[in-house]
Amino acid sequence: MLTFTLRRLLLAIPTLLLISLVIFLLVDLAPGSPASEIPLTVPPEVRMKILEALGVNEPLHIRYLLWLKQFFWVEPLNGFDAIFGTNYAEGMQRIISYQSRSPVFPLIGERLPQTLTVIGTAYLVGVLIALPIGIYSAYKQYSLFDQFGTMFAMIGFSVPTFFTGTLFIIIFAVWLGWFPTKYDTTLEVTDWDSFLTQLRQMAMPVMVLGLANAAAISRYMRSSMLENMSQDYVRTARAKGMDERTVVLKHVLRNSLIPVVTVIALGIPSIFGGAIITENLFGVNGIGSALIQAIRGNDLPMVQTLAFIFAILIVAFNLIADLLYGMLDPRIRYD
Amino acid sequence: MTDSTSAVAPPESFRGAVWAQFRKHKGAVFGLIVLGLLIVFSVIGPLVWNPEKLTVVEALKSKNLGPSLTHPMGTDQLGRDQMQRMMAAGKVSLAVGFVAMIIAIFLGTLIGVLAGYFKRLDGPLMRLTDMFLALPLIPLLLVMVMLFRDDLSRAMGPEMGAFVLIVFAIGVTSWMHAARIVRGEVLALKEREYVLASRSIGATPRRVILRHILPNVVSPVMVAATLGVAEAIITESVLSFLGLGFPPDFPTWGRLLFEGLEYMQLYPERVIFPGLAISLTVLSVNYIGDGLRDALDPRIRGR
Repeated sequence: MLTFTLRRLLLAIPTLLLISLVIFLLVDLAPGSPASEIPLTVPPEVRMKILEALGVNEPLHIRYLLWLKQFFWVEPLNGFDAIFGTNYAEGMQRIISYQSRSPVFPLIGERLPQTLTVIGTAYLVGVLIALPIGIYSAYKQYSLFDQFGTMFAMIGFSVPTFFTGTLFIIIFAVWLGWFPTKYDTTLEVTDWDSFLTQLRQMAMPVMVLGLANAAAISRYMRSSMLENMSQDYVRTARAKGMDERTVVLKHVLRNSLIPVVTVIALGIPSIFGGAIITENLFGVNGIGSALIQAIRGNDLPMVQTLAFIFAILIVAFNLIADLLYGMLDPRIRYD
Repeated sequence: MTDSTSAVAPPESFRGAVWAQFRKHKGAVFGLIVLGLLIVFSVIGPLVWNPEKLTVVEALKSKNLGPSLTHPMGTDQLGRDQMQRMMAAGKVSLAVGFVAMIIAIFLGTLIGVLAGYFKRLDGPLMRLTDMFLALPLIPLLLVMVMLFRDDLSRAMGPEMGAFVLIVFAIGVTSWMHAARIVRGEVLALKEREYVLASRSIGATPRRVILRHILPNVVSPVMVAATLGVAEAIITESVLSFLGLGFPPDFPTWGRLLFEGLEYMQLYPERVIFPGLAISLTVLSVNYIGDGLRDALDPRIRGR
């Protein structure tokens, strides 16, 4: 197990390096260079100085290595300094956003809590909806409930989140007036009333993302339950005279959760992708909308950093899913 | 017992058997009908439904109308007939879906066959696939569209440029699942006796692949292809929805939805119709894929 973990971790490094190179090159080939933003009235020697200060006139490979160093060394050091009050990172060049002329990481740090609250709750809600549906529709296979579950899942797969989102806004915000159409990021939860307001404004984005995820997870849960229901140990448990509740919720459920847990872990990165849409639709000021703003504004360092953070998330959760599977299922041995 | 009077059905062709199994899947038949209707709507529709070109005054007068007999889906903020736009948009959306799928399937099959058949290529190609799977697709697609849109539209005109760019971008970033499926199939097929027989009489790898391996991976590829169409249509509409897809006068369903968002509170039908069209297309394609998977699976067919 340990060797497997180490091997996977080592394999993740070249993958991440390659991805970083792809992202860097793709974004770096952009025609909207920072040079075009400098007014033409600026004399050429001053223009050269500005470009030099931005660090964009160096050769490609030097800029790439510099970016890597900034990402993996300078920024973590800065984080370390911020936490412990030291100053190891003093004088080192940080990744600077073209839009705000300030370091990228604190900007992302400001946005991240918004994304995490909305997305985290959405995923949790999705899982909590999906598991009971999956369990019950497997237990009553081909019943009316199961067929509705299948249909719900198919619709959840097929209707894109931007359409469910707009539908929710039209129905619940415009016609019924239950929830606000836009998410107010400045709201601070201090007392019961503001907590209720927060709940109301989170309701729609959370439901939209949650339902989309619930569809897929409930299907996995169902098929995994079905696979286990016909196993011999289930018959043995029933023959011993155990009540249905124990058989299904203890014996079958525990064994069927193993693949579902990995599916849940694998789904986490893609939900960040889905967040780009919901955040734009509902006006949540998270990293998804930061990405769109950065793309619109030709803010290359911001785009590169955010895209690479998304990539790290994907690789990390793939790894976690693999390891979880090995840990949860005693039949799997990586030797 | 060799008595063959009644119970045994006449031997049917492969296609007949698949079709018979496919018809049993109600969702798949529903999907086929709905997809057919949507294709007819967007391909043949414009020939039938062709409202006259409006003068400026008429256009001003017919701004923002609700659904009526003259304009079944209403008009937009410039007085254009919404149904005509929906038809034009449908043509582009469906074309994007199918062309992007063909690119993705071509790449996926090529890489899958190479990785499965030639042991030396297996490692590097599968690492490549893993890497593509770990790429953050939506952000990268957005960046690609942003970066290359202007250059390509200068070279090929705004419409063709956007189409080529988006189709190519989606195709290049969605071949991985097909490649994995094909590789798995090829690895198993390669060990079969008929492949060995073919190799032993001196057939070149090219001939073995084209004659014996490819025809046998058609079924899983077809299922992957249908699901690929759905995915491509959704991806395109996400791009258009974020305002980074096709130019405004060359609409797709996603683009129409994006434009309708501003007027959503007053004219919800402008969001609902394109959204419904996307959802119905994807739903029916997914159902067709489901039915195809059952119909092409010999373990399920004939039961």
